[in-house]
Amino acid sequence: MLQINELEEKAYTIRKNLLNFIYRIGMGHLGGELSLVEVAVALYYRFMNYDPTNPKMTDRDRLILSKGHCSETLYTIFSDLGMYSMDYMVEHFETLNTARFGMHSNRKYVDAIELSAGSLGHGLPVAVGLALGARKQGFDWNTYVITGDGELNEGSNWEAIMAAGHYKMNRLTMIVDKNGLQMTGPTKDVMNIDPLDMKLEAFGWDTYVVADGNDMAQVCAAFEYVNAHRCGEKPTAVIANTIKGKGVSFMENNVKWHGGGIAKAELDVALGDIEKAWAGRNCI
Amino acid sequence: MIIQTTFDFDMMFSNARDAFAEEMTAMAEEGYDFAFTYSDNVAPSSAAGKFINKYPERCFNFGIAEQNQVAASAGIALSGQIVFAQVFGPFLPLRAADMIHTDVCYNDLPVRLIGTHSGVTAGGGPTHNNIADLALYRAIPNLTVIVPADAGQCIKAVRESIAYSGPMVIRIARGDEPNVYASQDYDFNIGKAIQIKDGDDISLIGTGSAVYWALMASKALEADGISARVIDMHTIKPLDTEAIKRCADETGGIITIEDHSIYGGLGSAVAEVLCEYGNGTKFARIGMPDEFSVLGDPSEIYHYYGLDQSSIAERAKKLCKLKR
Repeated sequence: MLQINELEEKAYTIRKNLLNFIYRIGMGHLGGELSLVEVAVALYYRFMNYDPTNPKMTDRDRLILSKGHCSETLYTIFSDLGMYSMDYMVEHFETLNTARFGMHSNRKYVDAIELSAGSLGHGLPVAVGLALGARKQGFDWNTYVITGDGELNEGSNWEAIMAAGHYKMNRLTMIVDKNGLQMTGPTKDVMNIDPLDMKLEAFGWDTYVVADGNDMAQVCAAFEYVNAHRCGEKPTAVIANTIKGKGVSFMENNVKWHGGGIAKAELDVALGDIEKAWAGRNCI
Repeated sequence: MIIQTTFDFDMMFSNARDAFAEEMTAMAEEGYDFAFTYSDNVAPSSAAGKFINKYPERCFNFGIAEQNQVAASAGIALSGQIVFAQVFGPFLPLRAADMIHTDVCYNDLPVRLIGTHSGVTAGGGPTHNNIADLALYRAIPNLTVIVPADAGQCIKAVRESIAYSGPMVIRIARGDEPNVYASQDYDFNIGKAIQIKDGDDISLIGTGSAVYWALMASKALEADGISARVIDMHTIKPLDTEAIKRCADETGGIITIEDHSIYGGLGSAVAEVLCEYGNGTKFARIGMPDEFSVLGDPSEIYHYYGLDQSSIAERAKKLCKLKR
């Protein structure tokens, strides 16, 4: 099991590889992909029962990325876990009949993808069913679903939130990557979802708010809390306050960096920002 | 094989919704493992209600939330279960369209969507009419679309669905519909139309509740010396194009009859086949016109829009008189 400092180093590597990946494929959603790195790393490298050599292992924990436009973060993790080389992913990225990877993930082509996704407001309702199916069959694996915060505008999520509370889905955990921005502006201005924790609690959820969802120690503390509360009768929500574009100076909290590719000059600056922050951190 | 139909008997009614649930109960008793999802419209006294009472651990009520029911059904299927999901009329295709498309069909999951109250059979006016669903279903990849002609055939479709791969929708009427088949001793194969009566002057191709009225119209036409072939097109997708081409080659014209909009359903599907086939077959569609339905009892609405015995027969006679 990786320790927090090792997970931090992993997140540093994933961020750099992700940027290089997006540069090579020429498209992505870097803002939201960078904001969810710590949560995704903590899950795949420490908290989920997961074997990258056997991604269809029967008793694996399931992770659905509902904000499916941020799939490149998962692809980058899959690559780091040894499932696909970066070159293979680039060579099979949206290449028509030879494509295996796309901007939005497809489970038909990538074993590690649990649900083909892309359209918002789908992952959580499906995750509720997945958890119900597991309970019905007596399986004790856990279901995780990562949603965006803008995504919670979709009413389908609230039907699912209601059902998860109703059915006391204690093995279901939703992580809200709450980076505060959606495509055209701050979530609080476009369609305010706060106070999110109180709303979820009113629907029968146990919530844990992470003040800094890009701080690995805080993220790990949240998942430790989740693990300690599975025996209860409530689904759990981890509301991770993150920064869209985390780690790159010109992307952080910048609506412009919702979607698109990255130019070479921008990539160099971005990688420099991340390396500088990492070096500075190690000097402390 | 001669198919015995209620053409030869007094009209008998049965209920496809109850038949579906009774077959589900039989399959559970036989040891099949599957899940059942439903909405807040299943009466405890119904066959489905009794199934829920008998097998509560495999049943999930989603209240009045069809999007969530369909998406969660996909999730249950993703966990390794076949799922039967019973959803009321228009709220399946119209409210949960995105979930049918993306969660069930794009993910290619074994969910059997049991769409009840087809066409105008629910009564209650256009909010409760389901006349646009086939147009949607036909355009969604991976989805098999079955429209049983009666309750007995619904049982066959439900049974077949257990071993069938991929997503499926089974579109049934409200209930208490006339039986088409007097005996269940006939072959039902998904994707293969059933010729229930031969004839060479004209072909009446029906689907679902319209098959019975096509059959009755053929009886009326016989009195006028017109020999009508009747086809039960129970599978809308994949469509039995060969059966349509045979009708085009062997009979004097084709009429489609369906409790659905004339846009996008059986009539459109058959028209596409005929246009590409290109032999100039005379053709007409009977179904719901491009308007929100008048208000009334479903049988009166059928008569109003020409889906009843005499209207279909009159339309057939006119088509027969037309020069090719």
